[in-house]
Amino acid sequence: MDGGRVLTVARTDLRQLAQARDFWGPMVALGGLFFLVIPTVLLLMITRIDDVQIVEQLSTTLEVLPQRAQDAILGSTPNARAAYALAVYLFAPVAVVVPLTISTAVGAATIVGERERGTGEFLAHSPASVREIYLGKLIASLAPGLGTVLIGFGLYSVLVNVLVGPSVGGWFFPTTQWWVLMLWVVPPFLGLTLAMVLRLSAKVKSTAAAQQASGLISLPMIMIAYTQSSGALYTGVAVSWVIGALAWLGAALALSRGMRSVTRARLLGVADEA
Amino acid sequence: MSSPTIEAGSTTPLPTREPVVALAGVHRSFGTNPALAGLDLVVPAGTITVLLGPNGAGKTTAARVVTGALAPDRGTVRVFGLDPAVDGESVRRRCGVVSAKPALYDRLSGRDNLAYSAELYGLGRGADATDRIEAAAARFGIVHALAQQVGGYSTGMKTRLALARSVLHRPDLLLFDEPTSGLDPESSHAVLELIREMPATGATVIMCTHLLLEAEGLADQVVVLDQGRDRVAGSPGELARRFWPAAVVRIDAEDRAGLRRALAADPRVAAVDDGDEPALPLTVSVDDHGRIPDLVFALTAAGVRVTRVEPFTPSLEDLYFAVRDGWAGDAVPVDETPLFEGKLSSGNRLGRRFGDPFSASPAGRR
Repeated sequence: MDGGRVLTVARTDLRQLAQARDFWGPMVALGGLFFLVIPTVLLLMITRIDDVQIVEQLSTTLEVLPQRAQDAILGSTPNARAAYALAVYLFAPVAVVVPLTISTAVGAATIVGERERGTGEFLAHSPASVREIYLGKLIASLAPGLGTVLIGFGLYSVLVNVLVGPSVGGWFFPTTQWWVLMLWVVPPFLGLTLAMVLRLSAKVKSTAAAQQASGLISLPMIMIAYTQSSGALYTGVAVSWVIGALAWLGAALALSRGMRSVTRARLLGVADEA
Repeated sequence: MSSPTIEAGSTTPLPTREPVVALAGVHRSFGTNPALAGLDLVVPAGTITVLLGPNGAGKTTAARVVTGALAPDRGTVRVFGLDPAVDGESVRRRCGVVSAKPALYDRLSGRDNLAYSAELYGLGRGADATDRIEAAAARFGIVHALAQQVGGYSTGMKTRLALARSVLHRPDLLLFDEPTSGLDPESSHAVLELIREMPATGATVIMCTHLLLEAEGLADQVVVLDQGRDRVAGSPGELARRFWPAAVVRIDAEDRAGLRRALAADPRVAAVDDGDEPALPLTVSVDDHGRIPDLVFALTAAGVRVTRVEPFTPSLEDLYFAVRDGWAGDAVPVDETPLFEGKLSSGNRLGRRFGDPFSASPAGRR
């Protein structure tokens, strides 16, 4: 396998994406909304509430968290504790939902789109192997999601440290669990979802059908990723490592199966071998 | 306007060098539809071979089998002596393909399209690749448009860019599938001229077309396909001799009856065809073109006032219909293009959250 050709396929897809302002515009807005706007509004409200009754109610709701998570909450005032809990525990799933949505949207169009536009013919006649093409497409679909994770995570970290840090004794974010979540748990979930989406993209007849079907796949995957990432944060780092390991295993299996779904006949858009 | 005729130069026998492409008994079906049904094809090096046939004859499938983009169900495929199913990368690296639809990336510039191909074909991204991109673009007259997005190109420019892309890596075998599809006559002519020049660079060319005029004067070898099989193959001159073994000349005179009598008495004349139209000249078969002047002289000497002498040189169109009539009479060929049998989607409803980010068309972007 020629790694250079894999990167060439990926780079060309990303170059096309970069030209598609009508695509990445809404994606940037989606990331901005979930990583910046909503957290800013909620954290500002919580840190500046003066109504003692509301603050006490918020503190009470923190009791639903597992004891380990409650023990880890920093802050001496109810406002600070509520803001800390919100920043560390409640926004975690957002880090999964946004990149999954973005990568799924890219991945759904990537192979069937080649066929629809006729460029699959060019790839089918090229020296690139189907494995190189598949991996190139996978990287091109993963990159926007992972990029969103890194940029969104970075901005979110700065945001919560600025808004909540003064109330809890200084900069506190990212916590160890978040590092594990971002670097160990989220990437395999992205890979697992994309393996299924690319498989679909190779098999369906049109981009519309791919996106319709990928919606059905990505929604349960988002649910699973949401619950697992929340669980990882509440129950400690060890559990995060286990969840991540299982997700990596699932992703590896799904990717190896997905790789076989891309054939030259499918790039050409003709009926496959029996 | 008279139709062009098979050129005298094309009667030269095909070279007997090792064939670049050799297909034997190749079958390929799509579901229950046979696209190739025992195709035999031999393409000598350094020649232009035209695959001629109606829609659904198997021309495109044949080209796809040659590069290994499609594997045959049965039969033997050898390209440069290699089996594309086993040595696909080696075979495809030496092939350049222009498909009926140019297969270009609309969102990328012309230069980026060529650079993508250069990288996939192993030319890298260095100065050599850049020089080749410039040279190929110059050769096909699109240097001025290299920086523009291909989505804004005309059909002719797209075809030129696709041609430039196909020769970028200096392939040994070029496959053109309906290369003038959708082009205006001027652009078609230019494209065909460019194809005509390619064997001079050492390349072998296979061109698929159903347009007889395109193949006229271009083909060293014509292979007529129908229903996935090769019906006849050879150089245009050879095929003309096979179907018209005698020299044919159309002759008319002021006195048609006197002409008939003189022809009947001449030993050089093998046959006379009156045809269905009395106003048309007589079609006369003689054993050799070189004897036509003698025949005219003899007719004049016999007192026949000759008003028209027109040696008949068969065009590729004449040849095609002669071949076709041999297997199908006057029947209209059936279009055997495989049909899509799946359930047609009405498009997206709830699930389509975003348009196709790679499509430059508003429809694709939603």
